[in-house]
Amino acid sequence: MSEVDRRDFLTGAALAGATAVAPSEASAIARPPRERLPQAVGMLYDSALCIGCKACVSACKAANDMPPEVPANLTGWNENTWDTAEDLSGRTLNVIKVYRNGAAQQKDHEIDGFAFVKRHCLHCVDPSCVSVCPVAAMRKDPVTGVVSYDPDACIGCRYCVYACPFGVPQYDFNNPFGKIAKCQFCNHLQKQGKIPACCDVCPTGASLFGKVADLSQEIERRLTAAPGSAYAFPRGRLGDDRPPNQATVPTYVKAVYGEHEVGGTQVRYLAGIPFAKLGLPTLPSQSPASLSEGVQHAVYQWLIAPLVAFAGLVWLVHRRTARNHHDDAPNTERGRP
Amino acid sequence: MSNAAPLRRNLVTPLTVVLAALTLIAFYFVALRFIYGLGAVTNLNQGYPWGIWVVIDIFIGTALGCGGFAMAILVYVFNGTVYHPLMRPALLGGVFGYTLGGLALIVDLGRYWQVYNFLLPWHWQPNSIMFEVGLCMLAYTAVVWIEFAPAILERLGWIRLKRLIERWMFVFIALGILLPLMHQSSFGTVLLAMSTKLSPLWLTVWLPLLFVVSAILMGYSVVMLEAAVVTQSFDLPSEHQLLSRLSRVVGWLTVAWLVVRWADLIGRGAADLAFAGDLKATMFWIENVLFAGGALVFLTPSGRASRRASFLAAAALLAAGALYRIDAFLVGVTPVGNWGYFPSVAEIMVTVGIISFEILLYLVVIKTFPVLESASRSGTAHA
Repeated sequence: MSEVDRRDFLTGAALAGATAVAPSEASAIARPPRERLPQAVGMLYDSALCIGCKACVSACKAANDMPPEVPANLTGWNENTWDTAEDLSGRTLNVIKVYRNGAAQQKDHEIDGFAFVKRHCLHCVDPSCVSVCPVAAMRKDPVTGVVSYDPDACIGCRYCVYACPFGVPQYDFNNPFGKIAKCQFCNHLQKQGKIPACCDVCPTGASLFGKVADLSQEIERRLTAAPGSAYAFPRGRLGDDRPPNQATVPTYVKAVYGEHEVGGTQVRYLAGIPFAKLGLPTLPSQSPASLSEGVQHAVYQWLIAPLVAFAGLVWLVHRRTARNHHDDAPNTERGRP
Repeated sequence: MSNAAPLRRNLVTPLTVVLAALTLIAFYFVALRFIYGLGAVTNLNQGYPWGIWVVIDIFIGTALGCGGFAMAILVYVFNGTVYHPLMRPALLGGVFGYTLGGLALIVDLGRYWQVYNFLLPWHWQPNSIMFEVGLCMLAYTAVVWIEFAPAILERLGWIRLKRLIERWMFVFIALGILLPLMHQSSFGTVLLAMSTKLSPLWLTVWLPLLFVVSAILMGYSVVMLEAAVVTQSFDLPSEHQLLSRLSRVVGWLTVAWLVVRWADLIGRGAADLAFAGDLKATMFWIENVLFAGGALVFLTPSGRASRRASFLAAAALLAAGALYRIDAFLVGVTPVGNWGYFPSVAEIMVTVGIISFEILLYLVVIKTFPVLESASRSGTAHA
């Protein structure tokens, strides 16, 4: 598949997802899409820069007090000394996964190659988890747009787990008092003026923290730079004075994951192979929340429809039972037909 | 006074003993769940965080409890006063369907000790469909108890309180129609928030309508099955003549449901998925065949006249509605990542136990409280 073919294929797949609900119907009833907050912070994860060292996974565990995780099949040689998490879980907020094909010899090649991908919360512009939570345990910061979780509010219904289009929130099923685990973008560190632990420790700048508006410009620079040319990749926080990672521009798939997916996300991805191969779900540009809230508001706005229906029902039922007000049966005199 | 009377029969029978045993087994697994956590007894996972405790115990269980709601529409909105003898037994089904559904919810909630947050206004999140569903179900559980209260008060002889409640009963009857219309339709809206994961065979903006109408169909089916089983096994005068009038209504309502479903499916251009030959398509067809089969029997005079055919048709519609919910919430969902789900033995035993408990309580109450009108007519023979 040539580069162009591949892009066409991805677009086609995205369209197929978008037409799952008839577009005309769905957009007529959906509420307007949410706009990205002007001061939103985010992350650019550049899969082509990632060397799979997993320093980010380790730093995430330390920064968030999460225990190491050892899959059952590895406990023979790993007695809880190494964190070997294979996927997100109730105890892992951030994980590096690998794509492998055939001989797995060349990095960022779809055939006979391999590539890395980092998975965690993408901090949606219009998050499903915030929309579905009945007790506002999931909240989106009105300034930074970071989606955070409050275990003291949560009732554990796990609707957020089911609703997230990216499969991010994880309930800890192994704990009788389990809670939801999800990346909160190291909110506690950001409040101290620091940056998320994963971006702080990344040696190549594959995980880069910054304002989403600035990151978008950085993404544009990378996608327009000639592959193979020299490039100074910023590290840590975009705009800080850390020494950059001097390297050459990789061959990117000419698309940005997170720009349009489900209304846009504050974490964006660049990669050398198609995003779907990296396990990132192919998603429509409409956010699920805009549709479900649109339907819900159409019926329940100011409770007008239910109140009118209630008044009508009270009148109707009263009329039917008026002649026989002392009993729940309007036909006791007549008995059975 | 109503014409209903308690069915004076022995409370301890082989059936009630088996039901009680199944209930106790369920309590054992529920205890394990609270001690060791959900993961220790269920097959729930991050791809399928809701299992049969949510889909069967709550979504299907409350639909089975929709008999009172469905009959109230017929009796009070369409003035079908002839059906009134079926109201009390139908409401009784609602009392247990909703109360035990609420208990099942506590068992399933991951942070159940904080469930009261639901009621604290500073936690309210009105955009959440779950919020609307939760409050509405809680309110209806209270309403259905009040609707059934006259039967209890009559038995206790608290006639003044009964009169007081009955004076305002029209308000509760109205609420008893409005609230299930709201939350049974919202169960469908719940799925709209998962639109990226749900197969187009089920995903449509008409989900709320399809859910509430199928809940009404399930409510009628339960009323018919219950009446047939109770009159048959307790040797009471048959209510079949009355039921066969009802079955015509149910038949046409089912046809309307199928028309909406298929017109929408074809309109969205998603009908070809029904011929994909995979598990989703197979389950989709089983649902449709069950719905259509039930409707066909109810729309033919000979089908309505036959007690056996009517019984099977009601059972088919009940299975169709239950399967529609299982498919929409579990089979039709494709999670992110390679996850699968099939309920564990513990999950199945808890669900079986809850249903057994419902039937057990139902049997105990119809034998001790004035619920059945046919019982009063046969009263002299069995006194």
